[in-house]
Amino acid sequence: MKTTRLVIVAVGGQGNLLASSILAEAALIENVPIRMSEIHGMAQRGGVVESALLFGPGRSTIIADGEADILVGFEPAETLRALGKCHRDSTVITNLAPLMPFTVNIGQGVYPDLKRLQELIRAKTARLIAFNATALAREAGNVLAVNMVLLGCLVETGLLPLRAESVRAAMERKIKPDLLEVNRRAFAAGAAAARQNAA
Amino acid sequence: MHKLLTDRPGEKMLLLGNEAIARGAIEAGVAFASTYPGTPSSEISLQFFQISQESDLHFEYCTNEKVAVEVAAAAAACGVRSMAVMKHVGLNVAADAVMTLAYVGVKGGMVILTADDPAMFSSQNEQDNRYYAKLSGLPMLEPSSVEEAHRMLPSAFDLSEELQEPVFLRTTTRINHSSGVITLGEIRPRVTRGQFTKDPLSLVTVPAVSRKLHVKLLEHIARAQALSEISPYNFVEGGGPWGILCNGVSYNYVKDAVAELGIADRVRILRVGFSHPLPARRIQEFLRGCEKALVVEEGEPYLEEAAKAHAQEAGLALPIRGKAPELFTRLYELDPATVRRVTARYFGVPDRTRPAVDVSDVPPIPQRPPTLCAGCSHRATFYEVRQAAEELGLETVYPTDIGCYTLGLLPPLSMADYLICMGSSTGTAGGFSRVSGRKVISFIGDSTFFHAGIPGLINAVFNNHPFTLVILDNGTTAMTGHQPHPGVDMKQLKLENYGRVSIEAVVRGIGVPHVTVIKPYRVKKSIEQIKEALSFPGVSVVISQELCVLYAKSLKLPRGKPFRVGEKCKNHRVCMTRLACPAFYVWNDRIHIDANLCTGCSLCAQICPEHAIVPARETAEK
Repeated sequence: MKTTRLVIVAVGGQGNLLASSILAEAALIENVPIRMSEIHGMAQRGGVVESALLFGPGRSTIIADGEADILVGFEPAETLRALGKCHRDSTVITNLAPLMPFTVNIGQGVYPDLKRLQELIRAKTARLIAFNATALAREAGNVLAVNMVLLGCLVETGLLPLRAESVRAAMERKIKPDLLEVNRRAFAAGAAAARQNAA
Repeated sequence: MHKLLTDRPGEKMLLLGNEAIARGAIEAGVAFASTYPGTPSSEISLQFFQISQESDLHFEYCTNEKVAVEVAAAAAACGVRSMAVMKHVGLNVAADAVMTLAYVGVKGGMVILTADDPAMFSSQNEQDNRYYAKLSGLPMLEPSSVEEAHRMLPSAFDLSEELQEPVFLRTTTRINHSSGVITLGEIRPRVTRGQFTKDPLSLVTVPAVSRKLHVKLLEHIARAQALSEISPYNFVEGGGPWGILCNGVSYNYVKDAVAELGIADRVRILRVGFSHPLPARRIQEFLRGCEKALVVEEGEPYLEEAAKAHAQEAGLALPIRGKAPELFTRLYELDPATVRRVTARYFGVPDRTRPAVDVSDVPPIPQRPPTLCAGCSHRATFYEVRQAAEELGLETVYPTDIGCYTLGLLPPLSMADYLICMGSSTGTAGGFSRVSGRKVISFIGDSTFFHAGIPGLINAVFNNHPFTLVILDNGTTAMTGHQPHPGVDMKQLKLENYGRVSIEAVVRGIGVPHVTVIKPYRVKKSIEQIKEALSFPGVSVVISQELCVLYAKSLKLPRGKPFRVGEKCKNHRVCMTRLACPAFYVWNDRIHIDANLCTGCSLCAQICPEHAIVPARETAEK
């Protein structure tokens, strides 16, 4: 079994840590070696939350520049910011709905153009799956389920050594029962987006 | 039941490093735990706090790390297994107690956990606390993984009891905030009551006693040294001619690098997990078999300098390198790619790993620094202080302190001019007020005030320093995750048997001649009150009282109704340029308020020159 390295980046409050812990739990269910680390010092204060998941053999719990096989970004500018984590064979999955940093609102910096952003990522990596995950989450019934949309997409690509049913079982363990249905719908919508991209 | 009390040895559990450490301590029978919260250590104490509410574990949030070490030391002096938990800089605060506790020693096992933060993810420096072990003479253990951290706790307690000395357990952020699968061990029964035996000639450190105690400490260090030589936490892997010495998380990167470079047959690794006292003989034996050696460690060249010294003693002349311009830096943290690259270069083997994508043509991406929350009362206080100072035409210096309010540093608030450490706002304000020729207005949070701010304020009263201290009292230790402090009303958390210390009573008791309490969401009135305090010729204190919005939410207190930008808006954007609350956003060149983020604090509504920001009720009901 080879090591698969996944980096997830998000803005505080987008549910990165829950998504990561579901994947780790699924790995536990499947008996796949899993190591995970997160940087979430001031997540509640609108900063960036980055988590690293390493499936398979090895010891490191962090992923250096150029080491990520998969990069999943819950926010497009954050995906672009983390692009250095990738190598030429990486797959990138990104939400296309921006969350404007307050620095832009007070005139410090310009938000990157979304078309150019996709061109850049596509030119440098093996594959880009980009779609409006926020809209799909809203359609599924809760905009906060954007993490499950992206998780559904990621699992559907088959790049992780995890079966979808294990991830769904992990969701049941980690998500409150009254929120489970919405999250399942979001997960399915993300999976459909991945299939559409592949087609 | 708390998941960490699960009594099913052999069961596997996916735990955060800090949870695994707490579980390890519980398995070791820790009966008394103390802390002052600090990232990256805070979740350890959170587990203890929760567990103490459903078991006989005694846990306390202390005013600061020095007190945390002292209460735990006394428990250990009575034979009770105790643990004091802190971040690396917390050990500076506790150092006075620790240095002489090493002389006195302990009876029950005592572990002092220091959580270092290489790369400063959430700290003011990245000091390497291995030197505290050397400075104090106390033993230190360092895990390389979450699983090992869990296993090390019982060993650390046993070692402490064997040596009758406190033992340091040093982690780094990448242990604390990584997750791994641990196998639950048996929980040793907690012994919560101990016996104190009077022995003043060993326990009261007057000079005549301490002279004898220092001799005893050196004997303990010699015994610790012997234990380090045979410790399973110091081990050798492989047998090639190239030596790599490493510790902590660096060991993981070394293992992965050696595998990926395909040089396992040429390399031998000495992993040091019992890092003070270092196993001198094992290091010498290890080096004797090497042609050349590389030391892989984050931070300072602690291991490297020791290895060179031990090599010299053994008459070995092989090259031993670590920190050097072309090898490793003392800055920040290591990562797998850096370790692989440097290892390949040092031993002269090719690194065929795929390079990172070239990001040189990626346009600059706007920064997304953490910011004060929507509706944070600190934003209101900062605005009012600035407004008051401007209306009085004052040139100012704003010393600040450690907490969420340090984020006032960022524009447009820009309310932070100087910061060293916890509590420094009160001390430095005195110095600035004497020499800067400007009005000094310093900021400190409620928890930080209790932690280290009070002596500086007493100093200001005694030396009559003319400054204004603003105490931002949001009713909790907000930055680290809402831990209680002595000013917190514990009944709100449904917890009994706690006292409560009033900040206002403390400030008045110190004898501050001008004390004002403000409610920062009453903007006009607060500005007037602050102007009065700023005009006072001696030391004045403004206590700004408003509960942290996140904490209020967690207490399920009623939340204010959101506001919206109404039709009267003339796009002056005073709200955005002066406050920049994260609930604002720009759409079609107009300011809007995100009703999901707005907490209804009404600060922006009170400062809008057109009174254009109004309750969103009507639109919300549509």
